[in-house]
Amino acid sequence: MPPMLWLGVAYLGALAALLITSLWTQNDFTGEIERAWTLENFQDLFRVDVYRTITFRTIGIAALVTVIDAVLAFPIALYMAKVASPRAQRLLVIAVLMPLWASYLVKAYAWRGMFSADGPIAWVAAPFGLHSPGYGLFATTVTLSYLWLPYMILPVYAGLERVPSSLFEASADLGAGSWHTLRRVVLPMAFPAFVAGSIFTFSLTMGDYIAVKIVGGTTQLLGNVVYDNQGAANNLPFAAAVATVPIVVMLGYLAAARRTGALEQL
Amino acid sequence: MTATAISLRGLSKHYDQVRAVDDLDLDIADGEFFSMLGPSGSGKTTVLRLIAGFEVPTAGTILLGEDDVTTRPPFARDVNTVFQDYAIFPHMSVLENVEYGLRVKKVGRSERRKRAEEALATVRLEAYAARRPHQLSGGQRQRVALARALVNRPKVLLLDEPLGALDLKLRREMQIELKQIQREVGITFVFVTHDQEEALTMSDRVAVFNEGRIEQLAAPVDLYERPASAFVAGFVGTFNLFQGEAARAVVGEAGSFVIRPEKVRLDAEAPTDVTGLCIAPGVVREVVYLGSTTSTVVALDAGPTVTVSHPNTDTSIDAALERRDQRVVLTWRRDHLVPLASSETAALPEEETA
Repeated sequence: MPPMLWLGVAYLGALAALLITSLWTQNDFTGEIERAWTLENFQDLFRVDVYRTITFRTIGIAALVTVIDAVLAFPIALYMAKVASPRAQRLLVIAVLMPLWASYLVKAYAWRGMFSADGPIAWVAAPFGLHSPGYGLFATTVTLSYLWLPYMILPVYAGLERVPSSLFEASADLGAGSWHTLRRVVLPMAFPAFVAGSIFTFSLTMGDYIAVKIVGGTTQLLGNVVYDNQGAANNLPFAAAVATVPIVVMLGYLAAARRTGALEQL
Repeated sequence: MTATAISLRGLSKHYDQVRAVDDLDLDIADGEFFSMLGPSGSGKTTVLRLIAGFEVPTAGTILLGEDDVTTRPPFARDVNTVFQDYAIFPHMSVLENVEYGLRVKKVGRSERRKRAEEALATVRLEAYAARRPHQLSGGQRQRVALARALVNRPKVLLLDEPLGALDLKLRREMQIELKQIQREVGITFVFVTHDQEEALTMSDRVAVFNEGRIEQLAAPVDLYERPASAFVAGFVGTFNLFQGEAARAVVGEAGSFVIRPEKVRLDAEAPTDVTGLCIAPGVVREVVYLGSTTSTVVALDAGPTVTVSHPNTDTSIDAALERRDQRVVLTWRRDHLVPLASSETAALPEEETA
């Protein structure tokens, strides 16, 4: 019981405080928080075009990053789980985990270097008469996909490893080629693991603001709106209202994930 | 001579230094119930996996009928496998599992459904088509695996210890049922087991494997009554072995001889007419009650210890127990003795060398 109490106070308590704050307002002159109940912050969120755009952009990027990571993770995870020797398997797990040991900032700045006007991408593109795509949505998507890839690979790897190899043999035995086996046996069996991984990639992208600041150029995601309203504008109630958006989206996402049985894979 | 379903020629499979299968030649006839029997690590499962195509042989060829399938992948061979762990697809219903092979071969929907239902009827699971695998018992899953393989009407059905995970009663029922199904569908069955009773019960012929080679290939009766080596005699049933000094003393000849426990008579005194009999006096050391039979262990005066087995025709074994530590005379017919080709002392299996 005490652990649950701790969770209640530290975790849900903080979230409750956030929600309450979002229902207050700020005096435009003094900058003081006025503890009067109002839905004004949420109305602004839906009424002001720029916030609506940013919300959909954030959800879109989160979905895109999730799909990219799923596509990249699958062959790696399948190789790790079913092809590699036990020794190679251990080395690959370490290799996948290794980027997580490096600081988030270092990795984000590494991609800033990659996308800079005279960075490696520009060098490779130059012979074809092309430039680096520069900082913006594209660079943000690539950087976030890179950052969250291990969180997709590991659950999918674990999920595939639990699938007995005899199922693949049985499929081949019944006349199925590799492609058919992949589509009818491997992917359906790995699906809950993909959903488990996507919870990480999706929610981490929904909340991110640092990578966007470093490689996003002028692009803003919800995280930046929260950050800017807390810092520069010092409008804590509005920041809190913006911060509830990813929470609501994630709750919806988790509810959908639950129906696939994926949460048992976590 | 009937047509050949499978021919193995000079088949070998080596893993590093281990010869899992060692230069094997084997012909399995069409419509035969063929068993491969042996202890774990004897190579029987590797042979099955080579036929299925899950392993690539180090040397040799595999013919399915007339076709050389040695280098073909599993999906291009007209054989199907019943796996030891059944390998039922957990994300599909029973019917979808059974239809899988037909769906892959693009058999039309109505034809597919009809054949799948027939196959389920063959294994008496008509009522379970819509179930999910996790809702089935072990025995039912085993039947689904069988139906899923049979529905493709393969030339050969490979069974990898399919009854190993079932309890004894169910296993005995399935042995009889498998044999019936095999007779009905007329498909060649290649059955891998380490259970000698299973092999004897169901098979037309049994190959006993030891260290990657076939020790003996024979019909069940011949295998039991005429074992070719001490290994076979020990792996298929219990046996008494006389060799060297003991053979000369008991049998009156040099060489190695085997006598089965149930062929030996146990009496208080030697019979009067001894023509064609071997006679060996000794002392009863142990009496073991085994339900349907009683085993008596007798230390012969000539040296070796002999196990004698008798059906329990009475409801009490008091009479047998009274013989403990008493002197008895063992007799058996000389023509029941099986002479072994060579005196092999090295290749004895670990257990049951009475």
